[in-house]
Amino acid sequence: MASVTIRDVRKAFGSVEIIHGVNIDIEDGEFVILVGPSGCGKSTLLRMIAGLENITSGEIAIGNRVVNNVPPKERDIAMVFQNYALYPHMSVADNMAFSMMLRGADKAEIAQKVDRAATILGLLPLLDRFPRQLSGGQRQRVAMGRAIVRDPQVFLFDEPLSNLDAKLRVQMRSEIKELHQRLKTTTVYVTHDQIEAMTMADKIVVMHDGIVEQMGAPLDLYDRPNNLFVAGFIGSPAMNFVKGKIGTGGFHADGGFALPVGRAPAASDGKPVVYGLRPEHIRIDPQGVPAEVVVIEPTGSETQVVLRAGGQDIVAVFRERMSAKPGEMIPIAPTLAVAHLFDAENGQRLVA
Amino acid sequence: MSDAIPAGKTAFTAYAPTRWEMMTTNRNFLGFWFMLPAAAFLILFLVYPLGLGVWLSFTDTKIGTPGSFVGLENYEWIIGDSKFQTAVFNTLFYTFVASVIKFAVGLYLALLLNNNLPFKAFIRAIILIPFIVPTVLSAIAFWWIFDPQFSVISWSLRKFGWISGNIDFLGDPWNARFSVIFANVWRGVPFIAITLLAGLQTVSPSLYEAATLDGANKWQLFRFVTYPILTPIIAVVMTFSVLFTFTDFQLIKVLTNGGPAGSTELMATMSYNTAILGGRIGEGAAISTAMIPFLLAAIMISWFGLQKRKWQQGSDND
Repeated sequence: MASVTIRDVRKAFGSVEIIHGVNIDIEDGEFVILVGPSGCGKSTLLRMIAGLENITSGEIAIGNRVVNNVPPKERDIAMVFQNYALYPHMSVADNMAFSMMLRGADKAEIAQKVDRAATILGLLPLLDRFPRQLSGGQRQRVAMGRAIVRDPQVFLFDEPLSNLDAKLRVQMRSEIKELHQRLKTTTVYVTHDQIEAMTMADKIVVMHDGIVEQMGAPLDLYDRPNNLFVAGFIGSPAMNFVKGKIGTGGFHADGGFALPVGRAPAASDGKPVVYGLRPEHIRIDPQGVPAEVVVIEPTGSETQVVLRAGGQDIVAVFRERMSAKPGEMIPIAPTLAVAHLFDAENGQRLVA
Repeated sequence: MSDAIPAGKTAFTAYAPTRWEMMTTNRNFLGFWFMLPAAAFLILFLVYPLGLGVWLSFTDTKIGTPGSFVGLENYEWIIGDSKFQTAVFNTLFYTFVASVIKFAVGLYLALLLNNNLPFKAFIRAIILIPFIVPTVLSAIAFWWIFDPQFSVISWSLRKFGWISGNIDFLGDPWNARFSVIFANVWRGVPFIAITLLAGLQTVSPSLYEAATLDGANKWQLFRFVTYPILTPIIAVVMTFSVLFTFTDFQLIKVLTNGGPAGSTELMATMSYNTAILGGRIGEGAAISTAMIPFLLAAIMISWFGLQKRKWQQGSDND
């Protein structure tokens, strides 16, 4: 096991720079998730850690060894690919044993390690099968088994769950998390799914357009997003953004209604700001802002309602069931004591 | 009646289609109708000539005289004929050596072309040229290249001072054998190279990446990833290549016409020379029918070779 240090790393393909100086410290045994929309450079960064892409400038170190010029096989990492990349002509056991076979390990050692990995992942009855004969979730597990057999310093996962159906994804999510708690191997995991990031990570790195927007514990990112991008990316349904100004008595939306802000940021009077309001932080309050019900989407456990106030759509999620019909007016108010406020010009969080 | 139809609803009437309706709408009948033209075509142009050829091999037909059934007499005669034995040896030698070289060169070219080369599409198109040129045309070109007096190879080697006299490419038995093999390889390599290249491109790049991370070097990547995944395509393409080479006719006919002294005579050219030029149609048919067991054997080998690969087949749980 080892830490991973990423120092001012840049990546350019030709003259196009797609990663613009990224710094990340990953501690020994930490589960770090790189998350961001497609094209943000998260997979490229992972492939640079793996050694599948070279590093244009900056340094990547695994443990205290800079690996910029170390070939992939000597970096002591194991990677799980999005499409699993199982060798189709090898049985499950051979797939898992392949790296040791190449290393020339003796048969008993291979058998013992494959057996251990298969036991951890519940693959023992499948060892003689070929990848074709496995379901998506089983293939996923074989891919992880192949990584476990390597017993590497760092596990790398490249969107490993995106080819699975929704139900299996939830199951594999907890399996991977459990596996990490058991093996405690440093893990770098790439996904575009913020739910995966929120549920699994010790630390989330939100990337966007080749830079790190924010990095921190999942709930810190949820509670205190640094900027509009992170605020909109973390959380589902996404945070509502209302444009307006800070004035006397709180926030005055451009749509003509007012919302309380708790403590107003210093020297913010009359400043154009964006008010961030999470759907789950909206309650019905007779003193609140009247909003028209547009669409009601019951999911059973909660009710998602699209509301319109001052010409703007606002999504709200209520724990209770709603009897309101589209077209009716309901009064809403934020439940949080302190609002998320962002500078309308640069999108940065305004600190109260 | 107990199962009375409720008021206001009409009963379904049992519907019996007429025979004509069945034959024009039933899927199985339709399939049969659509298959008929192709079947008729195959019977007329493949089954009939093949059957006629096999029948003729049991007769003593000559050009101009309809023959009568003579049993295995033609076969007894050709088996004892030393020219036929040479032709069988030549055909096997020609097929084996040419196929092995074509496979090696074709695979090498395919691996080379699978890399990121500048002008990739252009180079791939160039590779196909020997395959597109009509066989007779390239045979004539090789005829000049191998000409005893005007050979460009002899000329070049003489200019370099490596040889003093011209090489007799087509006049000496072994020279002639290797010369025709060379011409056949030149023609056959593009087919193999392009087909294997198509196969190589179906191999997911992430497999190579996974194997690289697993610690495989270039040779191990080929040995443990590329080659096993490519085997089904290799089996198919090599079956075709062996069949084409075994039945090769045009190249030999133009280049050597079986000479010198029958040293490049293949079964196909011998059959033609015996039946059409010699007029002994029965014997010629026996020679070409004698090729069938060899061809079947080649097909069987690749058929069973293909069947063994369980990993390609569907997700049967066993």
